[in-house]
Amino acid sequence: MEIVKPLFQILAAALLAPLLPGVVNRVKAVFAGRKGPPLEQLYYDLIKLLRKAPVYSRTSTWVFKAGPIAGFAALMTALAMLPFAGRPAALAFEGDFIFLVYLLGLARFGTVLAALDTGSAFEGMGASREMQFAVFAEPAFFLGLAALARITGEGSLAGMFGALTGETWRTAAPVLALLTASFFIVLLAENSRVPADDPNTHLELTMIHEAMVLDHSGPELAYILYGASLKLWLFGAVIGSMVLPRHSGSWASDSGMFLLVMFGVAAGVGVVESVLARLRLTKVPYLLITAFAFSALGLIFQMAR
Amino acid sequence: MLLVLISLVLLLGSSALALLFRKNPARSQDAGAYGAVAASLAGLLPAVKVLITGAPETVSLPWAVPLGSLSFNLDPLAAFFLLPVYLLTGLAAVYGADYLKAYAGRKPLGLAWAAFNVLTAAMVLVFTSANGVLFMLGWELMAAASFLLVLFEHEKEQARRASYIYLTAGGAGALLLLAAFSLLGQASPSLDFAAFPHPQGQTATAVFLLALFGFGLKAGFIPLHVWLPEAHPAAPSQVSAVMSGVMIKTGIYGLMRFLGFLSPWPDWYGWTLLVIGAASCVLGALFALAQHDLKRVLAYSSIENIGIILMALGLGVVSAVHGSPVMAGLAFAGALLHVFNHSLFKGLLFMGAGAVLHGAGTAELEALGGLSKRMPSTAAFFLAGSAAACALPPFNGFAGEFLIYLGAFKSVTYTGPLALAGVIAALALAVAGALAAAAFTRAAGTAFLGEPRTEKAAKAHEAGPLMLFAMGALALLCLLAGLAGPFLLLPLGSAVAAAFGLPLAVAAAEAAAVPLVYISASALILLLIAAIAMARRKAFLGTKATAEGPTWDCGYAAPSPRMQYGASSFAQPLTDFFQPILRKLGQYPVLTEYFPAKASFSTEAQAVFYNSVYIPAAVKIRDLAYRFSWLQHGRLQIYILYIVVTLMGLLLWKL
Amino acid sequence: MHTFAEFIIVFIILINLALSVTGSLSACIKLVALQGVVAGVLPLMAGHGGPQGRAVAFAAVIILLKGAVFPWLMMRARDSSGASKDVEPLISYPASIMLCLGAFIASSWMGTRLPLPEAGVAWIVPASLATIFTGFLLITTRRKAITQVLGYLVIENGIYIFGLALFVEQPMMVELAILLDVFVAVFVMGIAIFHISREFDHIDTAELSELSDWRRGEYGK
Repeated sequence: MEIVKPLFQILAAALLAPLLPGVVNRVKAVFAGRKGPPLEQLYYDLIKLLRKAPVYSRTSTWVFKAGPIAGFAALMTALAMLPFAGRPAALAFEGDFIFLVYLLGLARFGTVLAALDTGSAFEGMGASREMQFAVFAEPAFFLGLAALARITGEGSLAGMFGALTGETWRTAAPVLALLTASFFIVLLAENSRVPADDPNTHLELTMIHEAMVLDHSGPELAYILYGASLKLWLFGAVIGSMVLPRHSGSWASDSGMFLLVMFGVAAGVGVVESVLARLRLTKVPYLLITAFAFSALGLIFQMAR
Repeated sequence: MLLVLISLVLLLGSSALALLFRKNPARSQDAGAYGAVAASLAGLLPAVKVLITGAPETVSLPWAVPLGSLSFNLDPLAAFFLLPVYLLTGLAAVYGADYLKAYAGRKPLGLAWAAFNVLTAAMVLVFTSANGVLFMLGWELMAAASFLLVLFEHEKEQARRASYIYLTAGGAGALLLLAAFSLLGQASPSLDFAAFPHPQGQTATAVFLLALFGFGLKAGFIPLHVWLPEAHPAAPSQVSAVMSGVMIKTGIYGLMRFLGFLSPWPDWYGWTLLVIGAASCVLGALFALAQHDLKRVLAYSSIENIGIILMALGLGVVSAVHGSPVMAGLAFAGALLHVFNHSLFKGLLFMGAGAVLHGAGTAELEALGGLSKRMPSTAAFFLAGSAAACALPPFNGFAGEFLIYLGAFKSVTYTGPLALAGVIAALALAVAGALAAAAFTRAAGTAFLGEPRTEKAAKAHEAGPLMLFAMGALALLCLLAGLAGPFLLLPLGSAVAAAFGLPLAVAAAEAAAVPLVYISASALILLLIAAIAMARRKAFLGTKATAEGPTWDCGYAAPSPRMQYGASSFAQPLTDFFQPILRKLGQYPVLTEYFPAKASFSTEAQAVFYNSVYIPAAVKIRDLAYRFSWLQHGRLQIYILYIVVTLMGLLLWKL
Repeated sequence: MHTFAEFIIVFIILINLALSVTGSLSACIKLVALQGVVAGVLPLMAGHGGPQGRAVAFAAVIILLKGAVFPWLMMRARDSSGASKDVEPLISYPASIMLCLGAFIASSWMGTRLPLPEAGVAWIVPASLATIFTGFLLITTRRKAITQVLGYLVIENGIYIFGLALFVEQPMMVELAILLDVFVAVFVMGIAIFHISREFDHIDTAELSELSDWRRGEYGK
């Protein structure tokens, strides 16, 4: 069993993930005519936060401290299952995508409980909306993965994306395009990007993910920010693997292409954030239902072949 | 097998002792609790042995009752169900010894313990009996004992009403089961399970429908669930734990046995089970989201999990009929594993709710809050139980659902009905899982986290040592069962083989072995990374002093506990979206002036099926019955005339 | 060419989805026009060999009618009746999208059961039936009279695509006759809408369901 390459993949993901929000912010700045923060800004932020002493609310208990750790551990474990340039991941088994979705659920569980622990109205607001969006986003993601499993005939993430070649795109292009669109919408919703949520706003009533981490500081906030960048890498890897059909056979060139595509996805997110406005809050479930409809359409198309 | 009979004797004996000592609460508690624990320990041994060896044990004695015989059969399926029975009742007895102390002197504890032990004995009887009469005897004993326990707080109107509904549902179910058994036993000399011929055609359809509704009234899937949210919250908490954890599973066990009697299965059996199960799990989770009482949330969550188990059974039947042993085996294995896991975490959750009720005096979510500071251990155990209920790794709720998902996703290589069944199952599980996650974060968050909303919650006290022991043991078992997935494959395989045949079990074991190992390994890695993260956090903090302050709240200087997000506000986005199904009733503030000083707001989740389906139907039946009320006029002579006319009619008919 | 035709079919189904959820009347008109144009291009894709002269001319006529003339008539009817911009649906967004998806599932199932000749492109029959159902959805769940005309146009699009699945070659006479019928119908409906709105000051069909000189209560009912 290969050890070196999968380990290297995990290491690359863990180290490069904080670059993605930097790319997004830089693209947004370019659209706004500014110079923008440096690409590695998140690294500086993380180092700064790790050196700070946190302030805890008197209302909170150990749950507040445990939430970010649960999220961080869940997302790091999920990293081990991610496809990377269509190669086998470190932990690839049949049904691993189910485990992945529930790991994301564990991260969400920890974040929501930590938010409720502060007894703040705003954090409760964000937590309640976060759980609502999950009800619509998870089935969309699952249906999309079911359609992908049907197209490729494989049961594990690495297998599915490994079997996705240019030939698959030639024969099933419409379905794969629908699935990519659906996954992209889920990415926007889960990573709190416009149009589902605005990561830069600090207006109370428009925050969802931002609201949940209002009271965190110091190392806890560092864990949360890093976990958010891991989540962006996760969804970006899914989309990147969908649009990257070519397997040239050389691990180095494939990995290089994959990293480029990842940054391309991040740039795409930045473009979407700059071009669209945030949706009214009651319309976000409709956006996710649209993603669900795309996944369902893809699945029905595939089943009707 | 002998040890199981000994456990029965212990249970019945200790219940008799508890009744005997009912004037002395302490001694009756001791009699009841020690008897239950001893019986559990005695009964666990043969159950584990049968599961490991896979060889059934039988005991058969003749009985004076016509059509009946004292035949017991401890096959791996029964042993698999007996395992949670003994575990949960033993721990519930330990819990109850502490919990019921508060009621000493005010309530007949002897009777309560007697009923509890009889309940356990009846359940053991149901799971091990191999004769129809013995089965029904155990079934009715179960209903009677739990009825007494539901009436524990009979001074409350709510408990009385709950017991009426419960008794009606139980009685109706028993009637249907009697009919089912008589149909099955028509062509055989006795009602022994082994002697039942497999019915065909119309009889098989009738037996299946009777069994579905009869066992459904006990298991509690939609639309036969209306008694569950009333009865389970009304009973004392350790009894609720046992009722939700094991008693409703007797319905599932009965369905599995009857499916065994009715093979080969036509197509529509599986589809019926699949559709009812899918509807139950989604609707159950949705209703759980709208409830205000902590115990009602847990009751609806039981309905959701029963729906998942039923759906898995349906998926298995459809797959078996359409020729995919892998899918069928995985679905059945998932159903059985979820039975076991659910009993563990639901027992834990109900015990936690009982601790809240015991410590804070109320289980109303909007009156609680901040309990994790006053009851830290209970909070930790309840949160562990919630994580297990949401099927989150590394706890045990995930493994059963994973097997069902795996079976559903194996359908990608098929087309037609198998593919459709797989998609329905996966979709229903995904939606129900997300809704359940929302429901449990809401319940746990509102009750335990934040600031206390009322005086009662601010003055709550921690649960007693025995209660904490029981909850801790269950929480530990949840974690271990989550990590020990691959080891559970052997007993699972024996149980599936005993119920549905060896090929399915082998196919399931082959397909599930590798993924389960990976899952356990990943769960261990998860725990390891969490531990490393905690250690690094301590290292990062080093010698720095952490400061404390009020919650930031965007700079608001004086927040009150009522300003927190509560139960109804947390669920509001979702309950508003699903309002046509939930039909919650609300009283909203009407603002007439520019600066209102006071306004009030209330929401209430109504029992939708009860109010919209059962009550109108009952009213119609009652009105129809009133038409015949002229038959009851009170005149003795005409009543005697009725008797004479009937006798004459019978004579004429026979001659 | 095959995958391109499949793309067009998928595009038509996506337009159906968008039609069922759009809230703006002008967007609805533009989507119907787009669907008509795309459906007109379809036979050029599914034909044998290169596009022939007749087929190209025919497609040009259809694109002109459905892409330019009908939308212009509809816009004129909308402006002269002074109707509001909203589509005024009777059911909510999630319900509409679920119905549209359900219609697609039903038409996929029906497509496998109908005894039809083997279609060149895989999903023509389900797509056409789904378009017809979407047209019915528009007619039954929208309040204004203009959207009912639009629903009728969508149904005609669906029938047109369905015809493509049945015939190997374009039966031009049949198609031209149908198109003439549709043209006349839309023209007449445009005039009728103008007159309805002039008479009643609105085109809300819910209000039009009673005879104006028969008030409740006057005849003892």
